[in-house]
Amino acid sequence: MKCSDFLQELTNYLDGALDDRTKTELEGHLAWCHNCYVVCDTTKKTIEIYRDSTLYELPEDLRTRLRSAIVSKCKSHKSDVEKA
Amino acid sequence: MSAIETNVSEPVSDELKLVQAAKGGDVSAFEQLVRRYDRNVFRIAQHITQNREDAEDVVQEAFLKAYNNLQGFQGQSKFYTWLVRIAVNEALMKLRRRRPERMVSLDEDVKTEEDSVPREVADWSPNPEQQYNQAELREILTKTIQGLPPGFRMVFVLRDVEGLSTEETAEALNLSIPAVKSRLLRARLQLRERLSRYFQKRGNGSNNAKPGDDQA
Repeated sequence: MKCSDFLQELTNYLDGALDDRTKTELEGHLAWCHNCYVVCDTTKKTIEIYRDSTLYELPEDLRTRLRSAIVSKCKSHKSDVEKA
Repeated sequence: MSAIETNVSEPVSDELKLVQAAKGGDVSAFEQLVRRYDRNVFRIAQHITQNREDAEDVVQEAFLKAYNNLQGFQGQSKFYTWLVRIAVNEALMKLRRRRPERMVSLDEDVKTEEDSVPREVADWSPNPEQQYNQAELREILTKTIQGLPPGFRMVFVLRDVEGLSTEETAEALNLSIPAVKSRLLRARLQLRERLSRYFQKRGNGSNNAKPGDDQA
């Protein structure tokens, strides 16, 4: 396996979507190719850092406000439909 | 190295019951669906609009649209995937209204293919995120992800942050599965490349970039 082949399979590898044979070939490549090992490891860390990050969390007070606005509009839509 | 696991595993049958009840006019059942997904919809909306007020509007508009169109939800996909599709469309419309001079499309990046071949191959420090305080880390992550083309960013957010499957991401963004896979690979590699500037191991006497530094 060449480095470019490894790169093509990286996403499938990280997602656990490879068949056993390709996975074994890829891990054989990672065992000796330090650059690909680093790319694989740091890509995995990239995903984990974003997954664990709390970017754009919805504050609880805003959450409550939005939810009651949604619910009251749903109720008025429902009564409009019932009247019609 | 083990596979990365997704983080959405809601009990689907319970959810279908809520959807059925909401279809029958039970607003409190719909409220439970709002509670379940409002945080996700808010994050997705903010990733697209990059504006908090717009994201708040999108949360309201997306849930109302979902409620008003529940009869059109046939249950072939998960409710969440269907909802995300509505939210993405609402967010894009919001963005187009705000920036009418610039046509915003999830396809606009397709022709400008940034080289995805890794250049930074230095290893990262063992706990890279601990090199920065919370505010700095947040700024680095926000700035880095905002620098991705919108079509790449959305695939990354839905797949890797929100935990949708490849098929669900394709459905939510109206893309083919090969397009999702190719964008996901490029998004992950571009983010990795850009974060390396902040997180890689350095020798004595040299410091990693700070969030305020200009991106080279």
